[in-house]
Amino acid sequence: MGVEVLTGFLYSLVVYNIPLLYGTVGEIFNEKTGSLNLGVEGTMAVGSLFGYLVGCWCNSLLLGILAAMVFAGLCGLLFAFFTVTLQANQNVTGLTITTLGLGIYYFVGHGVNKNLGWPSMQAAANVAAGWKAQPIPLLSDIPIIGKAFFSHNIFVYLGVLIAVLSWWYMKYTKAGLRMRAVGENPAAADSCGVNINRYKYAHILLGSAIMGIGGYYMALNISGEYLASTGWINGYGWIAVALVIFAKWNPARALLGTFVFGIFKTLEVYNDSIVAAFPKAFGWLNAIPLKVYTALPFIITAVVLFAGSVRKKSKSNQPAAVGVNYYREDR
Amino acid sequence: MKRILSLVLAAMMLISVMLLASCGETEKADITVGAIYIGSQNEEAGYTYAHHTGITRAIEQLKEEGYNVNLLIQDNVPEEDAEVTAAIDALANQGADIIFGISFGYLGAFEKAATEYADIIFSHATGYASNETNFNNYFGRIYQARYLSGIAAGLKAKEVGKGTNGKYNIGYVSAYGTQYAETCSGINAFTLGVQSVLGEEAQVYVKQIGEWGNPTVERQAAEALINTYSCVVIGQHCDSAQPQIAAEAAGVFGCGYNSDMTPSAPNAHLTAPIWNWEVYYKFAIETALTDPANFMDKVGIYYGGLKEGFVDISPLSDNCTEDTAAKIDAVKDMILSGEWDVFSNVKLSFDEDGNVVKTTSALTTNDGKTVISEDNASYYVYETNEAGELTGNMTEVGGADTIDSIIKGSMNYYVAGVTDVTE
Repeated sequence: MGVEVLTGFLYSLVVYNIPLLYGTVGEIFNEKTGSLNLGVEGTMAVGSLFGYLVGCWCNSLLLGILAAMVFAGLCGLLFAFFTVTLQANQNVTGLTITTLGLGIYYFVGHGVNKNLGWPSMQAAANVAAGWKAQPIPLLSDIPIIGKAFFSHNIFVYLGVLIAVLSWWYMKYTKAGLRMRAVGENPAAADSCGVNINRYKYAHILLGSAIMGIGGYYMALNISGEYLASTGWINGYGWIAVALVIFAKWNPARALLGTFVFGIFKTLEVYNDSIVAAFPKAFGWLNAIPLKVYTALPFIITAVVLFAGSVRKKSKSNQPAAVGVNYYREDR
Repeated sequence: MKRILSLVLAAMMLISVMLLASCGETEKADITVGAIYIGSQNEEAGYTYAHHTGITRAIEQLKEEGYNVNLLIQDNVPEEDAEVTAAIDALANQGADIIFGISFGYLGAFEKAATEYADIIFSHATGYASNETNFNNYFGRIYQARYLSGIAAGLKAKEVGKGTNGKYNIGYVSAYGTQYAETCSGINAFTLGVQSVLGEEAQVYVKQIGEWGNPTVERQAAEALINTYSCVVIGQHCDSAQPQIAAEAAGVFGCGYNSDMTPSAPNAHLTAPIWNWEVYYKFAIETALTDPANFMDKVGIYYGGLKEGFVDISPLSDNCTEDTAAKIDAVKDMILSGEWDVFSNVKLSFDEDGNVVKTTSALTTNDGKTVISEDNASYYVYETNEAGELTGNMTEVGGADTIDSIIKGSMNYYVAGVTDVTE
């Protein structure tokens, strides 16, 4: 029993929390260029819906991913146009994107469901096949760890790959350096000849597209059952915004943040299984009421946000110009 | 010139207003129905959807019978007295003759409004309050349908086989546990249904998720039940089809809830307990139409079941074992004829020929207490001391057919064979 429970716990931990990684990395791209994009929830919702619909209608997982990226990217484009070109307030614009995105999710979802019939993921054979777990040879044979970490669908591997590549890009490439400069001190970057607007646009679009894949993942992860009351994203976008702070604006650390947060989120469901499997070591988990487990991920989020806000800026790695629009002629 | 122009304009406006006003006066409705929803009337699944479908279907049927019924809706009304009262006032001002409220938390506002608007009938779902003239509540014996789905689950588990613990393991994803008589009676009824097939070899693992619906958590809970306790059938009392989809993915079976979930899990789903709300809504609206003065005598506190067609199970899928239909029908007949009911303290079983028989084994709780009735009307759990002798302390746990226990919320025990892994 112990082995099954441990495997199930870790597997669940990975499968249900990877969308947070996509959201967090996407948001880091935004914030690293000085844009506090609070539209993650809406961007992921738009990505999820159009990714799912296009993927099923075209019977192609790849087209689904592309559609999720394009439509989420459009949300990013809207955000960039308002905040970079029109210099609108970032917080307000971000919240607008969230409201708009969720509105589009319900409006289009409702329309499709009512008039065209909801497409089934199982009927789209290529999507269903593409979603199947692809165990990594050799590594997946390791007991417990193999099933928990190396027997997943391609989105899990892709998410980790994107996180690592993003970390490398930001840390070791010239473009990454310039991008960070834009987020830290746009005036200085501007004086060095960096095209601020182009960098902002490019990275907001890229970040939003990554969020879109995360949204698409969430749709496929519940087998595409249309949810008219809670929606598919159900607050994950907001958690991603908080995880950025936990990750200290570092995509590689976002991996850690996702899994630490995921442990609490998974404990909510698995606490009794762990007690049943390891009564001696974890029997005390039983004493904690269910309500506490349900609240725990959000309490952790609040604590992280609080700790992040009282920490000195130099320690927190927060880009200095995040949330501030750049006026070229401003002195 | 300007003065003439303004006079002409004013005259035109006056005429158009009068024309529009006369347009509105088409034939007068026989009855105006008001409905207050917790969710949106545009939802495609879930609680509000079920009620909205029920009300609209009932009205369609009444229209076919020649009545002119008008429907007014206030939706997305939260469970706050001020909001509910505002919704009631709005409906009353628009001439509602009967007002339905579908959420438990509307109770206080409905109770108050019933005295304020004496000529309007108030009807409140899932509540327990009422008065003698114009305020009732309605709910249903969904546990009867759950018992029947438990038979399908038990037969399937028997076919799949026992787990390594020597029991037939069955999981149940529930919103809540003993804190609500609604969930508690559902769990007990399902378990008793399972036990009619498997007897004491059945083990039902209940996992609470602490909310009425959260798709991701519902799915994870089902997965945890399957990989921790080797459950081969997953029952549920929560909103989405995710537990069934999880069962399908794991190659096991399940019983859904609220709607036929076979399309969501074609290889796993057996049958689901379902509500037919239109049965009540048609009855209530029709009575309000024809005989509003005697509404409380005719409709009163409504607690429909299989007999009224208010609850049922969805069509058995091909995943069910061959003998499922016959066995469920046999028990259904006993309930319909009034010969037997789920919480009548008599357990059912099937003999070698597959015929349903009444057993003499006592109804016990999962902590070893016996549920006893002395007058066949009220039931009590008797406490025993360490030596197993009765201490004289007892707790009332509801009446013969649980109407009382559900409405008062007094059913607060699990029957033997249930393990709540959350507690």
